[in-house]
Amino acid sequence: MLEDFFKVVTTRFNSALSDGENKDNPEKKKNSVNIPKGILFKCPRCSSVCESEKLESNRWVCPSCGYHSRITAKQRLSITVDKDSFTEYDCDMQSLNPIDFPGYEKKISDLKEKTGLNEAVITGECTIHGERCIIGIMDSHFMMASMGSVVGEKITRAFEAAAEKHLPLILFTASGGARMQEGTVSLMQMAKTSGAAARLSQAGIPYITVLTDPTTGGVTASFAMLGDIIIAEPKVLVGFAGRRVIEGTIKQRLPDDFQSAEFMLENGFADMIVDRYAMRRTLAHLIRLHRGVQIPSKEVSKDVTG
Amino acid sequence: MSQVDNNEAASIPESDAVQSLLPSDRLNIIRHKGRPTIKDYMPLLFTDFFEMHGDRLYGDDNAIMGGIGRFDGIPVTVIAEVKGRDVYENKECNFAMPHPEGYRKSMRLAHQAEKFHRPVICFIDTPGAFCGVEAEKRGVGEAIARSLYEFMTLKTPVISVVLGEGGSGGALALGVCDKLGMLENSLYSVISPRGFASILWKDASRESEACNIMRITAEDMVSLGIAEAIIPEADGGAHNDFAITAENISEFLSKSLSEKMKIDIDVLLNERYNKFRKIGEYTEM
Ligand SMILES: [Zn+2]
Repeated sequence: MLEDFFKVVTTRFNSALSDGENKDNPEKKKNSVNIPKGILFKCPRCSSVCESEKLESNRWVCPSCGYHSRITAKQRLSITVDKDSFTEYDCDMQSLNPIDFPGYEKKISDLKEKTGLNEAVITGECTIHGERCIIGIMDSHFMMASMGSVVGEKITRAFEAAAEKHLPLILFTASGGARMQEGTVSLMQMAKTSGAAARLSQAGIPYITVLTDPTTGGVTASFAMLGDIIIAEPKVLVGFAGRRVIEGTIKQRLPDDFQSAEFMLENGFADMIVDRYAMRRTLAHLIRLHRGVQIPSKEVSKDVTG
Repeated sequence: MSQVDNNEAASIPESDAVQSLLPSDRLNIIRHKGRPTIKDYMPLLFTDFFEMHGDRLYGDDNAIMGGIGRFDGIPVTVIAEVKGRDVYENKECNFAMPHPEGYRKSMRLAHQAEKFHRPVICFIDTPGAFCGVEAEKRGVGEAIARSLYEFMTLKTPVISVVLGEGGSGGALALGVCDKLGMLENSLYSVISPRGFASILWKDASRESEACNIMRITAEDMVSLGIAEAIIPEADGGAHNDFAITAENISEFLSKSLSEKMKIDIDVLLNERYNKFRKIGEYTEM
């Protein structure tokens, strides 16, 4: 029992990203040694094993414990937007090396190959249950979705597009924080995106953030916390400082639910926790409420996905 | 990349000795025990200063002080991160690591400045926001995010100065401004050199080496379009002569205020937005 408790803590411990940096989860790595990749999924929360296919059909939510596992931006799109409705913006934008960080170009090009992404966020226009909106989805598989120039610029342009087109903006956040490899330039992306959020707000356009696993550091301390409505997926990690940094300061382990979605809700920093089954219709409802349009109850179907 | 007006930085004379300093030498200078803090500069820069306390939501934070006073006879709002020079002072101000209520006090005072048409002068000097359980519970992430948002739209001129250490989001929360000046030995970074070394080489003791490759000096900030001016310190560092350093800060503030207070507020806000809007390097092929 006690051992189990610590196991869970260790898992969260490893996934807490303190310094805006991509660290492979050693727990996950260890687990994947015995499990044939792509066939079976071992839940990092409850350790139960299920077939990848089953996980996928369950929208990558652990069937045993309800853990909303980290998914790629493409997977997120597939369960969120209406089929064939997505038009991507700025898909060719790529990083440079503003502070000549050693090995940064190589790291980026390796990740591009590995993930099939050009950067850690995709943005564009779509419909959700027919509701047109601007959407941005961060992908933690690309350098832990840390925010450098490209992430900052694409997010800023998404805000500007929403203001220009008078469309609501939905951002699915996930990030280890600012991208250390871009130095102080990455820090400034926090000001840039927050400024863009302020302008959208002044234009009276709704902005919804969906906090996904993990949302930390400079992204928490900028646009993620500025949504008119802040939604979180169940049990995800959300916080500012790295767990290890805090544990180092107080010299004791923190409870598992520290810096969780539930913790944010309890402390008044999130509006609601919504699971993946309810996400599409919740977003569509909220968009309609901001248009003052009546929602026919028939449209609220549980299993329709794009 | 951003278009930087380098004129001002270039016009400030620097001695050859200072120019040849390594960033790690500057790190040592800003860590000097005798380095002046905002408490030392305050009486040299402002008159009739009244400190104001509390965020009106939770409490007061001694890591950020704020209040109103006069600069060159003009009423101004001052918001500053407070470092201590000994254990006692540092205990009092939590080593200049603010809690959420510090940032919320800052926003409260900034809004008052807007209401009463006073410019805001911010002094940055922090290793970063405090990392702790209570800070997370009271939403330090939200407090910093909200600061960025509020300062970006604040309808009065904002001038910021980095006095020593500009550490991460905790510094940036007082750094959304119309003009940023950096004391010549000050540093502005996304992560401490120590943290950088421990991530890059898994060895925190290599912080000097990290410091030298991070591009975090005042000159780097000007060339990256983040700062507009470098403020000279006394020879060998501000600790050698508080008064001369304060005079140089005063000159920067005086020049910046007269420049920014003339500008129509909507134009100023656009310029402020675009200053940050332009920062970033990427290609679109
Ligand atoms: Zn599970």
